[in-house]
Amino acid sequence: MAQFTSNNNVIEIEHLVKSFNGKEILKDISLNLKIGENLAVLGKSGIGKSVLIKCIVGLILSDSGKINVLGKDITNLNQTELLKIRQKVGFLFQGGALYDSMSVRENLLFPINRNLHLIDKQKIQELIEESLNSVGLIDEIDKMPSELSGGMKKRIGLARTLILKPEIILYDEPTTGLDPATSREISNLILKVQKDYNTASIIITHDINCVKLTSNRINIIRNGIIYAEGTYEKLKNSENEWVSSFLK
Amino acid sequence: MSENQKSRSLKEFLFEIGDLSKFTGRFFRETFRKPFEFNEFLNQSYEIGYKSLGLVGITGFILGLVLTLQTRPVLVDFGALAWLPGMISLSIVREIGPVITALICAGKISSRIGAELGSMQVTEQIDAMEVSGTNPTKFLVSTRVLAATIMVPLLVIYSDAIALFGSYIAANIDGHISFQLFFSEAFNELDFSDIVPAIIKTFFFGFGIGIIGCYKGYRTLKGTEGVGLAANSAVVIASIAIFLIDLIAVQLQQMINIF
Repeated sequence: MAQFTSNNNVIEIEHLVKSFNGKEILKDISLNLKIGENLAVLGKSGIGKSVLIKCIVGLILSDSGKINVLGKDITNLNQTELLKIRQKVGFLFQGGALYDSMSVRENLLFPINRNLHLIDKQKIQELIEESLNSVGLIDEIDKMPSELSGGMKKRIGLARTLILKPEIILYDEPTTGLDPATSREISNLILKVQKDYNTASIIITHDINCVKLTSNRINIIRNGIIYAEGTYEKLKNSENEWVSSFLK
Repeated sequence: MSENQKSRSLKEFLFEIGDLSKFTGRFFRETFRKPFEFNEFLNQSYEIGYKSLGLVGITGFILGLVLTLQTRPVLVDFGALAWLPGMISLSIVREIGPVITALICAGKISSRIGAELGSMQVTEQIDAMEVSGTNPTKFLVSTRVLAATIMVPLLVIYSDAIALFGSYIAANIDGHISFQLFFSEAFNELDFSDIVPAIIKTFFFGFGIGIIGCYKGYRTLKGTEGVGLAANSAVVIASIAIFLIDLIAVQLQQMINIF
């Protein structure tokens, strides 16, 4: 069961600052993610959207600010506590980030062995099959990542994330580099995962169709701050021309 | 090169030395902390050790053959052909065998590790490992460095043996010497103080090859060009490190001999 802070938030970020080589990328980011919600984060390339979600799982350390995930401030956690939080937060990387040297089955087995420590082979097999079924790729179980298309890699990456039954999923550009039909499939999959697994998600994307289809709420980053916030319809009809043009 | 460029290059060099030291410190901290990734260590030992046997064997054989063919005429001129097995075994076991084998391993192992980890870095596989609850330093770095540290000395011993066999073949091309006599002469010349320091330094060669390959791979910048550069610089730096370690080892050995 998800733990949350106030107002059913599973993630609360306050005044997050992150610089690289003296240049402030994220100047003052404050946002929240509610339980069961899909939040799309938009912004121009290089604005720091991926940096933001990497800060959430502690892959990148923030300079200052609070990042509260499932009731814990991850900026103050030790390695063991951070590990426990990471088990509840799935991360889908841009290219799927499947381990090249392992088959699809081994890719899915990897987080099971490291986190669940299951001995029952039947139970492990069931978990793998359930996860692959949920992304519709059970037939690819014995293939190597090099034999899969870009869309398939992302779906297997999502299956690997789902295997630990996360409460939050962070999607880093899930539809980038895919054709429109596959992008739509991935967007539908994001919705299916939200429904079936009751996850809250942050979706980093440039794909407006994906945003329109999957998001409950949108945050737009500009100049290192959250510049606009609201639903797709609200932002599309915004009086601020820069915001409304972003969603067209 | 302008003063500014010189100062920037020096700064980058010192930064890299500092960063490599930090990386090595992290390796020691993580390696001896439980749990130990034993299966991955075995897997890497197979990749690094077993899969290098062919290359190391062939180069060792040619090394012994060529060294003997080159040395034989000189010894004949001085009427000292009987010294051939002893001289070859001394030079192979003390110096040429360990250094040449380590250089071959630097080319094969360090580049492989650099390219593998570099490609994992740019495709975010290392980040994926970290978010899925695995310590990538333990899983990727500790296992590879330990496997290289243990496998390189074994490969050197194997290569030395093959090189001596190559030498025996070469000795029989122009002349005749029995297998038993050749090896008995070769081992008579070898002392404890020839073998042990030579083997000890190969552990450091292996460690250098592993840690430099891992460091360059881990610090790969974005893009496929970065992967190529990581593999290339891993080989170059590991090769230089081998000569530096050898120089230090020889100096230390001489100091110990004096006392």
